[in-house]
Amino acid sequence: MTRPAVAPPEFRVPPVDGISLETRAAELATRSIKKEAKRQGLLMALSMTDLTTLEGKDSRGKVTAMCRKAICPAPGLPSVAAVCVYPDLVSTAVEAVRDSSVAVASVATGFPSGRTALDVKIEETARCVGDGASEVDMVIDRGAFLSGNYGLVFDEICQIKRACGDAHLKVILETGELATYDNVRRASRIAILAGADFIKTSTGKVKPAATMPVVLLMLEAVRDHFLETGRLVGVKAAGGISSAKIALRYLAMINETVGDHWMTSELFRFGASSLVNDLLMQLARLDDGNYQRPEEFSKD
Amino acid sequence: MGKTSKTRTDDASTPQLKFGERWVYDAAPQSPEVKIRDKYDLFLDGEFTAPRSRKHFDTVNPATTEPLAKIAQAGDADVDAAVAAARHAQENVWGPMSGGDRARYVFRIARLIQERSRELACLETMDGGKPIRESRDVDVPLAAQWFFYHAGWADKLHLAFPGSKVEPKGVIGQIIPWNFPLLMAAWKLAPALACGNTVVLKPAETTSLTALHLAQILQQADLPPGVVNIVTGDGRTGAALVRHPGIDKVAFTGSTTVGKEIQRTLAGSGKDLTLELGGKAAHIVFEDAALDQAVEGVVCGIFFNQGHVCCAGSRLLVQESVHDMFVEKLRRRMERIRVGDPMDKNTDMGAINSKEQLARIEEMVAVGESEGATLHQSSCSLPDRGYWFRPTMFTGVSLSHRIAREEIFGPVLGVLTFRTPEEAVEKANNTGYGLSAGIWTDKGSRILWMAERMRAGVVWNNTFNRFDAASPFGGYKESGFGREGGKQGLLAYMKCHDDPLTQG
Repeated sequence: MTRPAVAPPEFRVPPVDGISLETRAAELATRSIKKEAKRQGLLMALSMTDLTTLEGKDSRGKVTAMCRKAICPAPGLPSVAAVCVYPDLVSTAVEAVRDSSVAVASVATGFPSGRTALDVKIEETARCVGDGASEVDMVIDRGAFLSGNYGLVFDEICQIKRACGDAHLKVILETGELATYDNVRRASRIAILAGADFIKTSTGKVKPAATMPVVLLMLEAVRDHFLETGRLVGVKAAGGISSAKIALRYLAMINETVGDHWMTSELFRFGASSLVNDLLMQLARLDDGNYQRPEEFSKD
Repeated sequence: MGKTSKTRTDDASTPQLKFGERWVYDAAPQSPEVKIRDKYDLFLDGEFTAPRSRKHFDTVNPATTEPLAKIAQAGDADVDAAVAAARHAQENVWGPMSGGDRARYVFRIARLIQERSRELACLETMDGGKPIRESRDVDVPLAAQWFFYHAGWADKLHLAFPGSKVEPKGVIGQIIPWNFPLLMAAWKLAPALACGNTVVLKPAETTSLTALHLAQILQQADLPPGVVNIVTGDGRTGAALVRHPGIDKVAFTGSTTVGKEIQRTLAGSGKDLTLELGGKAAHIVFEDAALDQAVEGVVCGIFFNQGHVCCAGSRLLVQESVHDMFVEKLRRRMERIRVGDPMDKNTDMGAINSKEQLARIEEMVAVGESEGATLHQSSCSLPDRGYWFRPTMFTGVSLSHRIAREEIFGPVLGVLTFRTPEEAVEKANNTGYGLSAGIWTDKGSRILWMAERMRAGVVWNNTFNRFDAASPFGGYKESGFGREGGKQGLLAYMKCHDDPLTQG
């Protein structure tokens, strides 16, 4: 196995002040989104969602049903951005979303812990892509990161990126295990430099998953990289975003921190499962003024 | 003339962030959940009373220039009546009352402020021009906190300074400014009442409404008549109160000019005095600071409440090595400040409080330009009516500039540079004022080293404009004397004697 080029010398990042970061995130969470802006926001959030199922009990039937919902969440509404599944269900999902705009994302690299050999990770990634996944959600080696072996983390992302070929690579930092904001900032930098197309907060298996301060920090990281190099890297907030209200707060944060480039599914995603139904319910309410019963919406 | 840069002129090849084309927020107006009366009288001896002067004046919404209500102009006879009522209440009711009983009233006032918080927030925003987000999230909750905190002290005053015997000062004349009308009333009233004093309060001419609704709350709390009296009016009312022989102490928050005048007036009178005056705070950013968060701190430091803050961080001292990067980040951030209708829940910066203050800000910005500093202003659009000023920053400012020496009291930041910590200290302290300072660095030892050397009453580290009732606030030098908040703040409202029974 060939090692990639030597890791760039600079994984140095600016320090982060947690209190002030949280204050700013809390401030942005108070934005009040009304009327037409609300409808636009809800539709945008829907189009940015990676409808996800990552459970041991997942089956072909479950994934197929979810894919149908992803293509048409409710009559007259746009498709979600992608479905996100385990590697062995990629071909099922690819089949189910054929001829639609919905992409198939697969978690890979020994998701969620990443505790397996590099060649296995590369092989798994290659198979996902071979089966038709156009997006790969990998996990970083948090053990290596927390023991200061940043070069190893970087190298591994480079190799997986190579195995992805044309498929988009989302790099999951698992911010809940990185524990500090400084670590999140550094992990973001490493992933961006190693070629990530997206940086993603969480697997959804560790709490806390996505939080507004953490995502604000990641947005600042991709913003700085764009201003430095012109390359646009996306951000995916995964886990913990269960309501339309929270999703709108995230959108306001993007809108006022990094702006229009990221206000699209090309560069921002929500990784969620229950979020979609709340978006549908809120959209329906905007139309007829009343909340409908949860049973009115597909649970797939 | 100074150089002006309102828009960026970078060539197209530089990557640029874009804003505002994909998602524009609809208006999110707060419904004004308050009944404003046509006319407000004085609050004397527990009742709203028509002024003996028979005069009223308009109070105006600075965001629309429309009159909101008529406010009574208190004359000498009204001030006399207020002081007499306060004296009677102090000697016969409030002074003799047990601390525990006083605490119940003060606590009740705090609860009622919370219950009527929506009303007070709307009123504060309509009368003063500050964004509803700030009056809702900062002014009103802090006002309630001030009463809660001091309710706790009322029956424990003898424990505050062990070995001392404490007693109230008597009748206090309190004069408060227009930038935080309700909050400053709370800062003044809560400790005075907890310590057993009675009060004649004079709100600022342009912002009397929340104090008058607070008077309704005092009635609702069954506060005994005369304990708090509110005399509204212009500077003449304040002067009458200061000169009145029946008061024991003056507590003033406002401009340094007026503060000095009060001190001159009181000289030799035997009356006690505390002053909380202007400021020209240094906000110091070291190269190792968390710069993205420091930007937020600097923005809060100077644009919070339209810069109408005595402790505003109006002089930014940036280490030369990060100056360009930091200024660029600030400029980008300034563009994102949402300026407009103060009652819109998404507004970050509201209206300038008055026509006079707007004229003062405009004058000082013209001075800055003529002094040769480079002007940077947000390109935001401003409403057609009302008093507005764009978020503004001057770079290339030096200590000899008037804009670095004089308090502007508006959304205008001056940027200076330094090379070493020693130079930062020297420049930060090179001012007649000394109310507050801010330090941004990731290095703990430097925080302590710097804080020790700042000649300022409050030093914030990696944050700015944080207030707490338990933390004393007040100035050095021309920023005044006396403290508000915390145990130290009690000293402004009580006499401490050595207690022979507890002295060894």
